[in-house]
Amino acid sequence: MTDQPAIHVSSLVKDYGEVRAVDGIGFSVAPGAVVGLLGGNGAGKTTTISMLLGLLLPTSGKVEVLGHDMTSGDRFAVLPRMNFASPYVNLPYRLTVFQNLKVYGLLYGIRDIGGRIRGLARDLDLEPFLDTPARKLSSGQKTRVTLAKALLNQPEVLLLDEPTASLDPDTGDFVRTYLQDYAQDSGCAILLASHNMQEVERLCSRIMIMKQGRIHAEGTPAELGRRFGRASLEEVFLDIARAPREVAS
Amino acid sequence: MIEHTTRVARSAFAGHRVAAIILRHLYVMRTSWPRVLEMAYWPTVQMLVWGFASQFFAQHSSWVAQAGGVLIGAVLLWEVMFRSNLGFSLSFLEEMWARNLGQLYLTPLRPHEHIVALTAMSLIRTIIGLTPPSLLAIALYKFNIYGLGLPLLAFFANLMLTGWCVGLFTSALVLRFGMGAESLAWVLIFGLSPLSGIYYPISILPHWLQTVAYALPPAHVFEGMRAVMFDGVFRWDLFTNALTLNALYFTAFTAFFLFMVHVARKKGLFLNMGE
Repeated sequence: MTDQPAIHVSSLVKDYGEVRAVDGIGFSVAPGAVVGLLGGNGAGKTTTISMLLGLLLPTSGKVEVLGHDMTSGDRFAVLPRMNFASPYVNLPYRLTVFQNLKVYGLLYGIRDIGGRIRGLARDLDLEPFLDTPARKLSSGQKTRVTLAKALLNQPEVLLLDEPTASLDPDTGDFVRTYLQDYAQDSGCAILLASHNMQEVERLCSRIMIMKQGRIHAEGTPAELGRRFGRASLEEVFLDIARAPREVAS
Repeated sequence: MIEHTTRVARSAFAGHRVAAIILRHLYVMRTSWPRVLEMAYWPTVQMLVWGFASQFFAQHSSWVAQAGGVLIGAVLLWEVMFRSNLGFSLSFLEEMWARNLGQLYLTPLRPHEHIVALTAMSLIRTIIGLTPPSLLAIALYKFNIYGLGLPLLAFFANLMLTGWCVGLFTSALVLRFGMGAESLAWVLIFGLSPLSGIYYPISILPHWLQTVAYALPPAHVFEGMRAVMFDGVFRWDLFTNALTLNALYFTAFTAFFLFMVHVARKKGLFLNMGE
């Protein structure tokens, strides 16, 4: 491990015209840490993740992943070392699962793509439908394929946007266990945006709760519970979500 | 800990990333025979219509009679430019339809590699589309466009380049304005046809319009084609003019496309792709 954070964000602002989607946030994620990003709809979670991915330019502030500036051409040096998964993004639906993974494997310059795909297919139980077109997958299968895509390059930084949304409890548990094991075994830093409090409590060592573009609370699940005098993370989340902006902070 | 299973990806250009995009489109083509059929269908229909028209004009027009096949040659070369544009734009639109562009741009794929992959797909689609009608023209009308020899390569290269320029421009507009601008991929290039002198010499245009026409590469290409077919001369001056103009436009529209990628990152357009 190095002292350099896997993710470092400071004074980050994103404006869409008159609307401020992200309002001067700052945080770091250490290598190997799993950090949760909670917040209601429109809190700024997806906007923050998009800036970390280099897909969205901030209005001002600093976004660094593994020491590389994600706002400039420098991001191409780190993009092969990070990845992203979300059930809300699509893969080309005419391509089979294997074809999709092969295309992304080539994009990431994976050596022995076939071997890597077979390994992930085994781990994520994708083998029965490797030759199935993406359009014919159930949402649980699609989520696991998206996760396989995100793990193809064995990322050192993994950004996840509600990775278990719309999954049945069994599949959701399977995905959470896999992510937990992957983070432990690989030392990958994970930033997890989710609405699922149990998931965040189980996977994350630290949690940030966003509201109206700001980080309103931050700490371990136990610390947050103590600070807000609540027994569960869900109650903390509801306190922040329902409180007027100035009180919540 | 994480093993290093990826190649060093710091290079500004990587063939495997270009190959990935080409492979993605070849997979789509392989699963959809109507798409492949469509590539050759319209050029073949056009060639048939102009083939019969040529046969009629050959008997009733001294100009056409001087160079048999001039109209078939013209329509085939026009289709090179049209298919080149469509091959580029449709490959770009495929990513929009699949809502996959955002996913691609968070991989190490660089925009200029994407452009190279789109030009390669355009070349593949154009060859698939133009091979059947060009062979049919030999069988039906005894017009062998390959008989033009090396000049054909010069015309082909220039028209492909022009098609890519239009493709870059329309793709950049779709990136900026979304699928509302999709139809430009088909219609914009037709705006060039009256000024290209495909079926008639540029001298037929009003004088002021000739100046506009000669600011566009296709006018030089089609004049060059007629010089070969009527006079048996390859006009190097026309070839150089077309190539210079293409180089200028290609550079300008590449810069425009890259600027629109920057605008898309600024406005969050990669997150909201689709209609």
